[in-house]
Amino acid sequence: MGNKQVIVGLGSCGIAAGAGKVYEKIKALKEVEGLDFELKKTSCVGMCYREPLVEVIDDSGSYLYGEIDEARAIEILNKHIEHNIPVQEYVVHSDLFKTVDNTFTDSQVKIALRNCGYMDPENITDYENRDGYAAIKKIAIKGISREEVIKTVLDSGLRGRGGGGFPTGLKWRFANNNKSEDKYIICNADEGDPGAFMDRSVLEGDPHAVLEGMIIGAYAIEANGGVIYCRAEYPLAIKRLNIAIGQAREKGYLGKNILGIEGFNLDIYIKEGAGAFVCGEETALIASIEGERGMPRKRPPFPAASGLWKKPTNINNVETFANIPWIILNEAEAYSKYGTEKSKGTKVFALAGKVKRSGLVEVPMGMSIRDVIFKLGGGIQNDKKFKAVQMGGPSGGCIPEYLADTIVDYDSVNATGAIMGSGGMVIMDETTCMIDVAKFFLDFTQKESCGKCTFCRIGTKRMLEILTRITEGKGEMEDIARLEELAQQIKDSSLCGLGQTAPNPVLTTIKYFRDEYEAHIRDKKCPAKVCTGLLTYEVDADKCTGCTVCAKNCPTSCIDGERKEVHFIRQDDCIKCGTCYSKCKFDAIRLS
Amino acid sequence: MRISRISAQKSTTEEGKIDLSILDPLIQKYKNKKGNMIPLLQGTQETFGYIPTNAFLKISSETGLNLSEMYGVATFYAQFRLTPVGKYVIKVCHGTACHVQNAKAVTEMIKEALKIGDGETTTDRLFTLESVACLGCCSLAPVMMIKGEAYGKLDGTKAVKIIKNIRIQESQSS
Repeated sequence: MGNKQVIVGLGSCGIAAGAGKVYEKIKALKEVEGLDFELKKTSCVGMCYREPLVEVIDDSGSYLYGEIDEARAIEILNKHIEHNIPVQEYVVHSDLFKTVDNTFTDSQVKIALRNCGYMDPENITDYENRDGYAAIKKIAIKGISREEVIKTVLDSGLRGRGGGGFPTGLKWRFANNNKSEDKYIICNADEGDPGAFMDRSVLEGDPHAVLEGMIIGAYAIEANGGVIYCRAEYPLAIKRLNIAIGQAREKGYLGKNILGIEGFNLDIYIKEGAGAFVCGEETALIASIEGERGMPRKRPPFPAASGLWKKPTNINNVETFANIPWIILNEAEAYSKYGTEKSKGTKVFALAGKVKRSGLVEVPMGMSIRDVIFKLGGGIQNDKKFKAVQMGGPSGGCIPEYLADTIVDYDSVNATGAIMGSGGMVIMDETTCMIDVAKFFLDFTQKESCGKCTFCRIGTKRMLEILTRITEGKGEMEDIARLEELAQQIKDSSLCGLGQTAPNPVLTTIKYFRDEYEAHIRDKKCPAKVCTGLLTYEVDADKCTGCTVCAKNCPTSCIDGERKEVHFIRQDDCIKCGTCYSKCKFDAIRLS
Repeated sequence: MRISRISAQKSTTEEGKIDLSILDPLIQKYKNKKGNMIPLLQGTQETFGYIPTNAFLKISSETGLNLSEMYGVATFYAQFRLTPVGKYVIKVCHGTACHVQNAKAVTEMIKEALKIGDGETTTDRLFTLESVACLGCCSLAPVMMIKGEAYGKLDGTKAVKIIKNIRIQESQSS
């Protein structure tokens, strides 16, 4: 039978899709039937839309099987492992032949995600075998100076991947210039943007790369303390980070005089966040680590001068750190050859929403948004019309279809009024109401505002009220101007990024979808048929067959009618949940 | 969401029965450490599922942490609860991806089925319904998570069925 490996993808999304059960099934069968293969675990390879994923590597090459349940797993073991016959119809990717999913993988350049899905994240040897910890060893052996490390990062053109886009090398230089006995390096893993899951995947799939990036950063700025501030909502990421930290300590990558570099001492611990979006902001994050309410502080002084416990502190995001070892190992030019003039390298995006292939992609900067959505993402679900893409989460905005040829780089995306952000791309089709989306984000920022600045605290609330009244059909034409005025005031008078960017979702939707606002206000209509306050559900008497499905599924039992007779919706009790609409097989529920 | 959590009624009779001495190791571990407030509160919540009033008093008197500051921190972060929760906490994701895939309908159907509002607990203490921001499983939207297990590609009917199954299992085992 030869040497075979069976590798199961066990990231959070894979487990949610049932990969855990598949793994247990394969493990049990291996034992019971005495099958000869090596069973391994890995994390997310990015093809979330095909989860659960199982890879089989035999002497000829690799076969990645998608959408594997227990029954299919048995079939694969039976055919491929026992009889050497790959099950072609389940293969989604292979290095031997092309599949329909090649368009998803071919245009990608994996640097930050270089190991995700290709190794066991809980095994440090796997990481070392893939050039892991080779970058910090290179620094130790060649005696590369702090200034040289900073220069390499600066020359690579790497900019902060958390959304700020500040040059990483420059940030390191500022922190290095401030001398102090104690200094801290912090990894911001408080990925709060709803609709974004890049950092989670990196932490779950390649925790050692983040650690190595932090170790290199600590060397560069002479930090002796490290903290990873991670969302408590990511239990698997925390677990794998803890394992990685333990292994790194054992192997001497953390500790005293690391790799023989005299005086280079570092330990890293994890601080679990407690659920506050504002803690993604640097100074709020520091306050939270110190055990206080996560409220931003006035800058200057910047963290580089006075940060955690008033010591010089450098904070970078997960994806930024994951890039660092690769850059040190391959030199700055290898990284900066990708990308545009001002945005170098690659960027990871999380595709979600109404796109056919949702998942994680890493593309060179400069690719057009349209290519990301249609080439990699495979287009819109059910081939509906592509309407807009939301980038940058609550701080970003909606880019309309006609601007989809905008390229992904910091400055081009900023010019549209959205921001690159941390890399969430939520794709929307014609059935998404843009006012509803704007309201959704305002509702989020309004709840998450820490309350320190008046305009952010009360202004977002007032904007939300106006948006709510528009979606209920009670808006006035002057409301659009009121929203714009408030938005400007909030931007001007907020201390931190949360408030300064909170109005962006509203401003971009007004800019690009003003007609939809006007339809809600003037015509009392929601063109996308989402805003329930403006809709009524009715039974089309010509199409209703009296099958009773709608009545059975109605949560408030407000649909009356005998079997084989036309049904009727009592409007007073209808909560407009849309269940009847989605359940009716005869298209007999009308929205008006 | 936050305001309702602060002002929610607490049943003081129940709190009298809680054995607070199991917090002693936690307090010993973090006492006199800087930045200890959040880990102390997190540890307490892990033990009891929420933070009882008496636990605030005990931690404050034994560590010297200011009671008002502790309360300020506990009400600032979404993670902390000041009232007991059900055995199963149903976390319905309302991240962007789930929102555009109609997560609202999932929450509405669960509310109807369990006869509770968002953030509330059923009278039999079996279920608590919570709306949360992004669970990070966007590709499976809409998603809910019960006891660490994520359920994806939901609609209201599917979600209610999952919850009903849990209730049936519970009544059989008890």
